[in-house]
Amino acid sequence: MKLSKKDVLGMRDLSREEINLILDTAESFLEVSTRTIKKVPTLRGKTIINFFIEASTRTRTSFEIAGKRLSADTVNITATSSSMVKGETLTDTAKTLEAMNPDIIVIRHSAVGAPHMIARLIKQSIINAGDGAHEHPTQALLDMLTIRNEKGKIAGLKVAIVGDIAHSRVARSNIFGLTLMGAQVTVCGPAMMMPRYIEKMGVSVTYNMEEAIKDADIIMMLRIQLERQNENLFPSDREYAQYYCLTHRNIQRAKADVLVMHPGPINRGVEIAPDIADGVQSFILKQVTNGVAVRMALLYLLAGGE
Amino acid sequence: MKTKKVVMDGEGIDRSLTRIAYEILEENKGGRDLVIVGIREGGVFLAKRLREKISSIEGVDIPLGIIDITLYRDDIFASNKKPILGKTDIPFSLDHTKVVLVDDVLFTGRTIRAAMDALIDFGRPTLIQLAVLIDRGHRELPIRADFVGKNLPSALWEEVSVHIGATLTDTDEVVIEEG
Repeated sequence: MKLSKKDVLGMRDLSREEINLILDTAESFLEVSTRTIKKVPTLRGKTIINFFIEASTRTRTSFEIAGKRLSADTVNITATSSSMVKGETLTDTAKTLEAMNPDIIVIRHSAVGAPHMIARLIKQSIINAGDGAHEHPTQALLDMLTIRNEKGKIAGLKVAIVGDIAHSRVARSNIFGLTLMGAQVTVCGPAMMMPRYIEKMGVSVTYNMEEAIKDADIIMMLRIQLERQNENLFPSDREYAQYYCLTHRNIQRAKADVLVMHPGPINRGVEIAPDIADGVQSFILKQVTNGVAVRMALLYLLAGGE
Repeated sequence: MKTKKVVMDGEGIDRSLTRIAYEILEENKGGRDLVIVGIREGGVFLAKRLREKISSIEGVDIPLGIIDITLYRDDIFASNKKPILGKTDIPFSLDHTKVVLVDDVLFTGRTIRAAMDALIDFGRPTLIQLAVLIDRGHRELPIRADFVGKNLPSALWEEVSVHIGATLTDTDEVVIEEG
C-alpha cells in the first residue's frame, strides 16, 4: 500500500483510505519518538528541503525533527536567508532547488496555491506546510490523529471549530478531512470572520459560542490573529474574548470528556482561558507530539515512491 | 494447480515449542535476564506462546517485546509498494539482557539482520539468540538460528507458511505450497 500521489497539497485531495493509511502509519511512528535512540535508518541518503517563506516555529521544527528521526538530511531555507531577498522569483528558486536533487520539498508560503504551482513545475514530492488561508494538511492530519487516539474514532463525533474561520487554513483543512471521515462539524465565530457559503462545505454555522460547543466531543479553538485588528475585523481583543473565549464557564456545555485543541500559538486570555489551555481537557501539547509522527509518516510514504 | 502439503500440525508445533523452551533454559542456565522478542507479523504469536511456556517452567514472568522491522529493511525502496508499518512495543530496556528473537520462518536471513539492527537501538543486550519454528534454508547472509523447530529443505519457488494463534487450536499448521 502506498500513497497514490506525488505530492500532499491539501486534505481536499486525500481519500478516506489515504487518510487512514497516513494515520495508521503515524500511529506506529509515535513509538520511535519515545525511544532512547530516537532515530531509524529508513530515509538514509534522502534529502528533504524545508522551504519556509512564512514565519513558523512549530511546523518547521516538527518537519525537521521528523526528517532527522528518519535519518534523512534536512535543509532549511527561510525567505530572509534565501536569494529571494535579491529579487529571485519563486519559480526560479524552486527550479534551483530542484536542480540540487532533493527527494521531498516542504513548502510554506503566504500565497494561496504556491505549493501547487511548484508541484506542477518540478519533479520532486511537495508537501504543503500551509499556503495562505487555504490549506494546512499536516495540521489537520495531526488533529485527526489526536482525536482518533483519544476517542478511538472520528465518525459521528461532534466537533466545534471556533474563531477566525475565514482566515484559517487549519479550519479549512480540518473541515475537508473531518467531514470526509464522518464527523459532524460546527463552525463558529464573529460574522466578520465567517466566510459566506461555508455551509456548502458540509458544516453547520453559528455565531453563538455556547450553541457551538453544546454537547461537543471536540472543541478546536483557532488563534485569533491579533495582527488583523487593523483590518477592523473586530473592535478589540477584549470584546472578542467576551464572546468567543473558551473558559471554565462555557466549557460546561460540552461533553464531560471533551477534548480541547488548538493549533498554536495560543493567545492566553483571548481565545482560550489559561486554566483551560493548561487543564486536563487540553490536548494542545499532545497535538505537537503527534505532529512529529504524522510528518514522519508522510515523509516515509512519499519518499522513494517513483 | 497449486499443491499444498501440511508439514506440521498443531500438536507438532506445540511439542516443538515445548522442546525449544527447555533448550533456551538449558542454554542460558535458567531464565535470568531472559527476554523474548517476537518479530512482526509471524513471530508474535510464537513469541507469546514460547514466553508462556518458559515462564511456567521457571515460575517467573519473562518480559515480552514485539518488534516491527519495516523501518530497517534493506529493500524498502526496491518496489513501489511500501509495507504497512506495524507497531514496535518493547516497554523495557534491553541493556544487560539475553534476548531471544523469535520468528516463524528463517529464509534469507535479511529479516533477522534488520531485527538485530532494530534491537540494538533499544539498548545493548548481553547476547541475542534466534529461535525459529521453521528453517527453510537459502540464506543470503551469515546468519543461523540457535533454536529450530524443524529444518525444512525447500525449493526457492515454494512458499512456507505458518498458521497459528495465541493458543493451541485445531487449525494450527505449517504448510508448504508450490507458488
